[in-house]
Amino acid sequence: MNMRTERDRKSRVLTGNEAAAFACKDASVQVVAAYPITPQSPVTERIAQFVEEGEMNAQYVCVESEHSAITVCIAASTVGARVFTATSANGLCLMHEQLHWAAGARLPLVMACVNRGMAAPWTIWTDHQDSISQRDTGWMQLYVEDNQEIYDTILQAYRIAEICHVPVMVCYDGYILSHTAMPVSFASTEQIQALLPPRTPAFQLDPANPYNFNLVTMPEPRKDHEGIFEMGGYMDLRYRFQVELKRSEEVVKSVHDAYANLVGRKYGGVLKTYAMEDADVAVLAMGTVASESRVAVDRLRAEGLAVGLVSLRLFRPFPGPALADALNRVSQVVVFDRNVSYGHEGAVASDLKSHLFSTDLRPRVSSLIVGLGGRDVTADFLVRGVRQCLDSKEPVVAGWLGVLGDSTIRPGR
Amino acid sequence: MSGCEKEDPWGHIPLCSMSRAIVGEGGKTGSWRIQKPILDQGKCVLMRGKAHCHLCWLYCPEGVMSRQTPPVIDYDYCKGCGICAQECVGKAIRMVHEHED
Repeated sequence: MNMRTERDRKSRVLTGNEAAAFACKDASVQVVAAYPITPQSPVTERIAQFVEEGEMNAQYVCVESEHSAITVCIAASTVGARVFTATSANGLCLMHEQLHWAAGARLPLVMACVNRGMAAPWTIWTDHQDSISQRDTGWMQLYVEDNQEIYDTILQAYRIAEICHVPVMVCYDGYILSHTAMPVSFASTEQIQALLPPRTPAFQLDPANPYNFNLVTMPEPRKDHEGIFEMGGYMDLRYRFQVELKRSEEVVKSVHDAYANLVGRKYGGVLKTYAMEDADVAVLAMGTVASESRVAVDRLRAEGLAVGLVSLRLFRPFPGPALADALNRVSQVVVFDRNVSYGHEGAVASDLKSHLFSTDLRPRVSSLIVGLGGRDVTADFLVRGVRQCLDSKEPVVAGWLGVLGDSTIRPGR
Repeated sequence: MSGCEKEDPWGHIPLCSMSRAIVGEGGKTGSWRIQKPILDQGKCVLMRGKAHCHLCWLYCPEGVMSRQTPPVIDYDYCKGCGICAQECVGKAIRMVHEHED
């Protein structure tokens, strides 16, 4: 035990789940509460091992459900601790009402969401339906492409959360990242100290200075207990949250930039671009569909098409202006969504079109649903998907690519 | 407490909803009472030398039972729920109709 060499301290070959656990340890998390669910379980098993072996000075709270896990995190965060939880799919959805609570209570929780499709029918494989279903809870959502980005993003997430008083979900694809081993480099203790100072809570549950938190808040403003100061009602607090959540996009960028300067790894802030300088067609995707799209872009380029990639890292708050800026010279966008708002279309496509409609930009937007429940998304399929969208007379809206293993786009509505 | 103080740039909109509990914010809630608890000091365990009872103080949801020997009930705010009478191990508290004694 503890025979790690100097090289081990700098980098190791880790699965995505292990990378998340190491980030949690390096962030000096004080309280962890989580309930096991595939494919998230190894994250919490590894953290439990760190705590048991004394490598991590944290309280590991065993709970009987995900609802209890998030509730323990909320309570621990309210007394000022830095907390962590991780979950997937139905576990995340069991947390749902407390996700709203954590955001409204302005607590800087950080969660790893190991993306998995929603039952029924039961699936343990990846898609983004679980986290996309939580998009209106007020949590910030970051999607990553590889295990190194998991480690780096969780460290950044704590700083972002603690500056903005907003909980952050770091989403990564089940199995494709969670159970696949890749080399991961660590930040040094000095770098982490510089980037992530100990948490200083803006408010705190303290018996010496007792307050009621998040009690029934009236529809209209009212006087405080001294009868002097007019306090905002529910809608006023929610207005402040909306404005501060939108502004947190700038903090995502500045924390990312500070990390990049110090540690030397960068991910474009709120989005990554690849081969976009002279692109006429942009592929837009999140997570490992975006990493696979890099291969597809290279193939389409080899075939003479000016295609680039925008990999969306921040989904909430939705970085509309940054996205519009990245897409301002293309005539077409092909969006790959690994989720679907049933009865409508994919969430990224929907939000992109909604933002563009308030600008002067009118690229032709095609949208495809891919990879649900772990259906393999290969570069070959992505190439065929893009080609069919470009060849189509009308823009493809929510076409399904890969049904019955077929590369022909099927109408989704 | 930077985010929640009154000098916050958001002024009247705090970071999160917080309030301090103060006595009587909701008026004299003792007027809601139908039954009132009466303490028989002769039966009180505390009065018979057991220094660590105070179950009435511990269980009272309104905080109207003082942590003294004998406990004193603040009838201005006691709503008459009867939890103290239920929990008292010495059966020293009985509930009587508000206008009886």
